[in-house]
Amino acid sequence: MSSYLLSRLFQTIVTLFVMSVLVFVGLYMVGNPVDVLLSSSATPEERLHVIQSFGLDRPVWEQYLVFLSKALQGDLGNSFVFNQPALDLIFQRMPATLELAFVALLMALVIGIPLGVRAGLKPNSFVSRTIMTFSILGFSLPTFWIGLIMIMVFSVYLGWLPASGRGDTVEVLGVPVSFLTLDGLSHLVLPAFNLALFKISLVIRLTRAGVMEVMQLDYVRFARAKGINERRILRVHVLKNTLIPLITVIGLELGSLIAFAVVTETIFAWPGMGKLIIDAIGVLDRPVILAYLLITVVMFSVINLLVDILYSIVDPRVRLEGGSR
Amino acid sequence: MNEPILSISNLTTEFRVGGEWRDVIRNVDLDIHPRETVAVVGESGSGKSVTALSIMRLLGRNARLSGRILFEGQDLLALPEEDMQRIRGNRIGMIFQEPMTSLNPVLKIGEQITEVLIEHRGLDHAAAMAEAARLLEKVRIPSARQRLNEYPLSFSGGMRQRVVIAIALACEPKLLIADEPTTALDVTIQAQILELIKELQKEEEMAVLFITHDMGVVAEISDRTAVMYRGDVVETGTTEQIFKSPVHPYTRALLSAVPQLGSMNGQNLPLRFPIVDMATGSVEPVKPTVDTVRLDVPPALRVANLVTRFPVKKGILRRTVGNIHAVENVSFELREGETLSLVGESGCGKSTTGRSILRLTELTSGTVAIRDHDVARAGKRELAEIRRLAQMIFQDPFESLNPRIRIGDAIAEPIIAHGLMPRAEVGTRVPQLLEQVGLSPSMADRFPHEFSGGQRQRVCIARALALNPKVIVADESVSALDVSIKAQVINLMLDLQEQLGLGYLFISHDMAVVERISHRVAVMYMGEIVEIGPRQAVFENPQHDYTRKLMSAVPIADPTRRRVRHLSNDEIRTPYREAGFTPPPQKYREVDEGHFVLTQHLEPAA
Repeated sequence: MSSYLLSRLFQTIVTLFVMSVLVFVGLYMVGNPVDVLLSSSATPEERLHVIQSFGLDRPVWEQYLVFLSKALQGDLGNSFVFNQPALDLIFQRMPATLELAFVALLMALVIGIPLGVRAGLKPNSFVSRTIMTFSILGFSLPTFWIGLIMIMVFSVYLGWLPASGRGDTVEVLGVPVSFLTLDGLSHLVLPAFNLALFKISLVIRLTRAGVMEVMQLDYVRFARAKGINERRILRVHVLKNTLIPLITVIGLELGSLIAFAVVTETIFAWPGMGKLIIDAIGVLDRPVILAYLLITVVMFSVINLLVDILYSIVDPRVRLEGGSR
Repeated sequence: MNEPILSISNLTTEFRVGGEWRDVIRNVDLDIHPRETVAVVGESGSGKSVTALSIMRLLGRNARLSGRILFEGQDLLALPEEDMQRIRGNRIGMIFQEPMTSLNPVLKIGEQITEVLIEHRGLDHAAAMAEAARLLEKVRIPSARQRLNEYPLSFSGGMRQRVVIAIALACEPKLLIADEPTTALDVTIQAQILELIKELQKEEEMAVLFITHDMGVVAEISDRTAVMYRGDVVETGTTEQIFKSPVHPYTRALLSAVPQLGSMNGQNLPLRFPIVDMATGSVEPVKPTVDTVRLDVPPALRVANLVTRFPVKKGILRRTVGNIHAVENVSFELREGETLSLVGESGCGKSTTGRSILRLTELTSGTVAIRDHDVARAGKRELAEIRRLAQMIFQDPFESLNPRIRIGDAIAEPIIAHGLMPRAEVGTRVPQLLEQVGLSPSMADRFPHEFSGGQRQRVCIARALALNPKVIVADESVSALDVSIKAQVINLMLDLQEQLGLGYLFISHDMAVVERISHRVAVMYMGEIVEIGPRQAVFENPQHDYTRKLMSAVPIADPTRRRVRHLSNDEIRTPYREAGFTPPPQKYREVDEGHFVLTQHLEPAA
């Protein structure tokens, strides 16, 4: 187990390193942030001053080494735009995004799994067909369009739910959260559901396919021959085996929920990281982009590690071993 | 005799296929008395498993049953589902063919046993665990209490089948339905499980309905036998009657196709199976076998000191901590027109030997020569030539044909790939090949799914013949086939050997088939050849303990020769060794001309 963790840590560090090089070189080739940041009326002296203060006059490999040595001390540099540490900027916005993503994930599971099981048990019934039609809609309708429609219906016409912002927040362990206040919760429902919609469809389809497959297997037939009641067969024999492939996908999807909540955050004016990163890319604010991507890599790695550990708990056939593959 | 415990009358089961009801079994009548063993025997598609599942009402929604199934006085077909559930696993236990898939891989063994006890006998968890341990002991699983906390993956096939039996017997059922319970097991393990079922039946005083395709098993275990053919019970009687004077032509056909170990005594050449016409029961006379072994030319295949090991790696640096010694210092020769059988149980290295010869698996050391080609050192081009000279036929004809390629194209493919003839001429070669394996040339346009298992295996043989090989490695090539089909394919292989002078390396676990087809036999155990020699010598005068053990485990298809056996609970061992292990040198003793036996190490063969 410890050798397994070590090798995973090593993999993550290599990924971080490779990614930072790619982003550094990539952004260097895309353009000069000074062109975007300074107005065209700036004097050459002002320009030179800014370039020097950002260290952009040095060759790119030297810039990278400077970045690397600072990064190893935990400093990812100051934002070109806000002149604040890039990490601080991101950490301020992160809780909002995380909250949104986790609530969306929870919705996807709580809604998706029961519907998927239902659709898998009686695949030809009317209810199951309806569920599957719904899931196709969830897959194919664009998120932003559904978001707008939901705002129109629930906020504008019905006036039930607010259309933007986080609402009242409470500090839990120094982190502001919305879901513990009624107002915050009402702000959370629409964006979270909007973000979850695609994942609900995904979970329904995966669960359905899993249930249909497992129901055919010998051990389910054997469990019936043992005279076990159907409820237990479903709960113990079928569901546990269905969850195994689901865990992998959910893990990957959680990463993408966090990293790509941009569209939903934009529509519902949710003050998360998505907005920040879009703006940063617009002005080539390299420290923020880099910090954001590095954090994303770490997050994906941690999630994957958790998935693997969870996997080995659920499925005894999986044993964690050093240097997987 | 007393009242039957189970009395099936007029049972018809239909399946709905595309909106229409099609009957799968028709008007089945069958009685089972207390403490009696009744075998239902038949080939695939005979409806024997459907009969078993009908009794348990486990067929699902697209099945319709009619008739009567009286069990302990009540009609099972008239019971509401909840009452039926109370009978399953409680009054009637059932075990299935595949021990590897009957148990849920993610639940501990203990939980899978206790759930039955909790469901039917209302025990609490602690009492159920204690009872589960007792049950595992009953099916002779050592250190039962600890094993309750393990998952199925740490049990071998035979051990899993014991667990399955323990579960089926948990509530002391009055009837046990066993659906091909030993088919997936090795022959020595099969013998253990059969013995166990017999003993438990005596202890528990239960009746057994035993479903099988294997006449040998029938003869070993059953008091009465029902023969099924295409959904009908064609003959019922005491087992001795059925074997001594079968009435129905199908029963006779089935019996004559059953290879019987020892039936070849005094015969030194391979022998074709007599083929019985299913409709009339008349037996086609067996063509005499011609001696095809070419002693005048150098051997087609020479294997010397072949070693194939698979490293087992562990830790962050993937250090090799040990090796599976799959093939250890194996040597033999195969002549043109000769059949050498490699026989042994799972994991003995027989398949790896076959794969190493064609370098489908890289060999560790040793030499393999096919004609003048050195297989181990061959470059890409030479390897292609080697694989033209030596072809392989695999076990599963369903998986070794691409479902989306027409069989004519599948047969033509190797000819084109090796550039053996211009494309235009390939069109004339394919029909020839099809005819050669007893198929009609007009079938070339069909897809594999339009063929039965036996026909597909013929297609695979045709594909192998397409390159005019000298050697064919047949890896369990007839094992997946029904007995009557198996007999036909073996006859075909013998015909082809006479026509084309092929050398067969016939890899099989089935001693009785091996006896029929081989000129020479090599018995493998733990990666080594423990005995090799002319077939007659090895079968009539086996020298090595393991050979004897293997032969005595084969069920004899003759109920009058039933043996009382006392078997150990040994499992088949894996040849895993720590890294750096040097195998002790092998010494072979020549018993007779060409008959060699491995001198047994201190470590006795299990």
